[in-house]
Amino acid sequence: MGQQIVNGLFLGSIYALFALGYTLVFGVLDILNLAHQAVFMLCAYVALALVLHLHLPMLLAFPVSVAAGGVLGVLVERVAFRPLRGRSDSNISGLISSIALATVLEALALQLFGPDVERFPFGVVPDRSLRLGDAVVSELQVVIIAIALAMLAALTYLLRRTVLGRRIRAVAESPAAARILGINVDRVIASSFFVSSALGGAAGILFGLAFNSVSPDMGRTVELKGLAVIILGGMGSMPGAAVAGFALGLLEVFTVAKIGSSYRDAIAFGVLFLVLVVRPRGLLGPAALREA
Amino acid sequence: MRLSLADVRRTFGGLKAVDGVGFEVDAGEVHGLIGPNGAGKTTLLNLVSGLIRPTAGAVTLEGRRIERLPTHRIAALGITRTYQNIRLFPALSAAENVLVGSHLRRSDPLWRRMVFAPGYRREEADALQRALSLLARVGLEDRARERASNLSYGEQRRVEIARALASGPRVLLLDEPTAGMNPSEVASIGALIKEVARAGHSVLLVEHNVKLVMDVCDRITVLNFGRVIADGTPAAVAQDPAVIAAYLGAEG
Amino acid sequence: MNAESLRDLWLTYQSTVAFIGLNGLLALSVYTTLSCGQLSLAQAGFMALGSYASAVLTLHTQAPFPAVLLAGTLVPALVAVPLGLPVLRLKGVFLAIATIGFGEVVRIFFVNLDFTNGALGLVAIPQRTHVLTIYGALAVALFVLWRIQGSRAGYALEAIREDEPAARTMGIHATAYKLSMLVLGAALAGLAGALDAHFNFMVEPSSYSFGRVVEMLVFAVVGGTTVFYGPVVGAAFLTLLPEVLREVGGRIGLQPGPLRLFVNGLVLLLVILFLPSGLVSLPRRIRRWLEARRAAAHAA
Repeated sequence: MGQQIVNGLFLGSIYALFALGYTLVFGVLDILNLAHQAVFMLCAYVALALVLHLHLPMLLAFPVSVAAGGVLGVLVERVAFRPLRGRSDSNISGLISSIALATVLEALALQLFGPDVERFPFGVVPDRSLRLGDAVVSELQVVIIAIALAMLAALTYLLRRTVLGRRIRAVAESPAAARILGINVDRVIASSFFVSSALGGAAGILFGLAFNSVSPDMGRTVELKGLAVIILGGMGSMPGAAVAGFALGLLEVFTVAKIGSSYRDAIAFGVLFLVLVVRPRGLLGPAALREA
Repeated sequence: MRLSLADVRRTFGGLKAVDGVGFEVDAGEVHGLIGPNGAGKTTLLNLVSGLIRPTAGAVTLEGRRIERLPTHRIAALGITRTYQNIRLFPALSAAENVLVGSHLRRSDPLWRRMVFAPGYRREEADALQRALSLLARVGLEDRARERASNLSYGEQRRVEIARALASGPRVLLLDEPTAGMNPSEVASIGALIKEVARAGHSVLLVEHNVKLVMDVCDRITVLNFGRVIADGTPAAVAQDPAVIAAYLGAEG
Repeated sequence: MNAESLRDLWLTYQSTVAFIGLNGLLALSVYTTLSCGQLSLAQAGFMALGSYASAVLTLHTQAPFPAVLLAGTLVPALVAVPLGLPVLRLKGVFLAIATIGFGEVVRIFFVNLDFTNGALGLVAIPQRTHVLTIYGALAVALFVLWRIQGSRAGYALEAIREDEPAARTMGIHATAYKLSMLVLGAALAGLAGALDAHFNFMVEPSSYSFGRVVEMLVFAVVGGTTVFYGPVVGAAFLTLLPEVLREVGGRIGLQPGPLRLFVNGLVLLLVILFLPSGLVSLPRRIRRWLEARRAAAHAA
């Protein structure tokens, strides 16, 4: 029991980080950024390359690759979203253009790194484990959960207490009003893509470390799980995404333990489907957003 | 009476947008609905056309309760409308917009077109002809093939009226049909409204142009803060102290 | 060219020709819902239902092929009704996400279904699909969509795409139209699935992943979703392109897998940014550009 809770929180922390990035952009732009998973994947590769080829310690490689993820996010916004702004069907065309960009980035990764799973070299991450009651917890799990929680706290602080956070919230509320208030809306949107993609990138690196595997298609499953998380949490809701991320992690771990591993993925989509049909605003989402 | 509203209420959050409104519109009558901005006029049209549901109260069309019916059923019973913030189908041409408006009156089923049944071309040509003659009625016969989004503001308003008339409505709801028009355009819309009413349609007209309202309306209901503050003939309403106060208050 | 070499040529390209037809059908299945402004991504799930239903019939009964195809068409169409009623109330991105969820649930269902060999899928399905069968089906689908365009129903669909509430106030029963198009799309995807299963000998869950429906969407959007034949143009273009690229890319040392992915993504990106009405609008665009140039030349 204790073991499963730890495992669930561990998986959930990665889902939560990934989904927060998704939902941040959705909250600001009302657009689903399906290139998020490509950033997730590429950041894991960047971290891997820094460790393998530049022999950086993980402690340094992590922040550098997270920043690279942020920059990549700004690029994604420039290429796939900004040109569409103001088009009447921009929420569907943005979805499609981000799929297109994700495909291009995945192809680049395939060409550069090949289709095979790559691993971090031995000794990059701590491999000791400790006992917590009846649960065996690896140091890596503890570190990952801690990093995820720290980033959640940092994001909360950023959105609530800083000028940028206030501006992001203003743009999310109403871009037109924000513009009247003299806010540079384009720059705020770019900043939210930076933050969003940094979170997604961090999730990718942690995912790569946690399962010690990095591959061009590693983002695909997480992408769909992330959708389930933001729907469950309520589109655009940050606390919702965090809570739902952990909830899905726990739910999956318990499904594997009680029902069997083959239904693990069905849980996420079953939940997603049910929430959309029964309570479309999710756990903590604003009311009456998504029905015609 | 044809259309009647009884104690209709609608709240948004804590705001009472429409607060116990009741009035009646007879067949062939032009009924004006006026009041300061935010008085609840457009909300009332949204309620009658079924885009939103009332919190309480009854809307009755020829003796039949309609306020809980789906939007398309309300239209099928004979209520169509235009919009204050023009809502044409921008990618369609003016004629195609009017064709969409005639959806309810057309009976040519798809299978006849599929099997090239004899006469289907005639039915389609007739529908197009009706659409074109409606465009001619609003003075736009030479703009029929133009994309709606390329039309001028005043032209778009007139296409909306033609589109609404295309369904052969028993009640026509017009939401500020002359906004942004020049005086000669306003006069032609006024003449059109009278003509429509003479043909037996009822018209519920929301309008800011006081001269037009006084000119074409048989009766006028005045709203302020979601409540009826006056109701009667144009002459009576114009003398009403409550109306004068509301308008002066709104101006000041 | 003699008869022998013509036959060789046909054998070499037969499957490419078949795939153009199948991909055309799949692209049309995405187009049907897009034509009334709804982005449904359940099509891979519908296709899976059609493939499995038809393959099971062929493997376990003596049903004639037309009956098998009919079943492959009807099963997903029937599933689309109870799916569509709750889901079509959702708009835009939410409909897309809900239908992604449905598609994944279908795939995982077949991964776990022992009756159809789970993740391994069904094999040794007799090949019954002829290239002509595929093109017959495509022709029927195109005919139906051609007749819808410009009809009373066709205008209703366009009105819903442009402004659904306004369409409702014109008396258009938007839910019924949207549901009909979802069902039609499901039928087309199922038909394509049934044809595919009896062309490729096998059916496995992994071919109905999210990537598959994205591919269908790419075909439709690249070809153009404002006219009924656009999606087929897109499917043909993007099915042929990798064949050409394999030749070219091989010479400059690029692997075919990534190259195909890259080009698909790039073409989609360019089309959505610069040619929103798809490849089919290209001739008109070029004509306009030439006219403008000529006018400018006259002026000067």
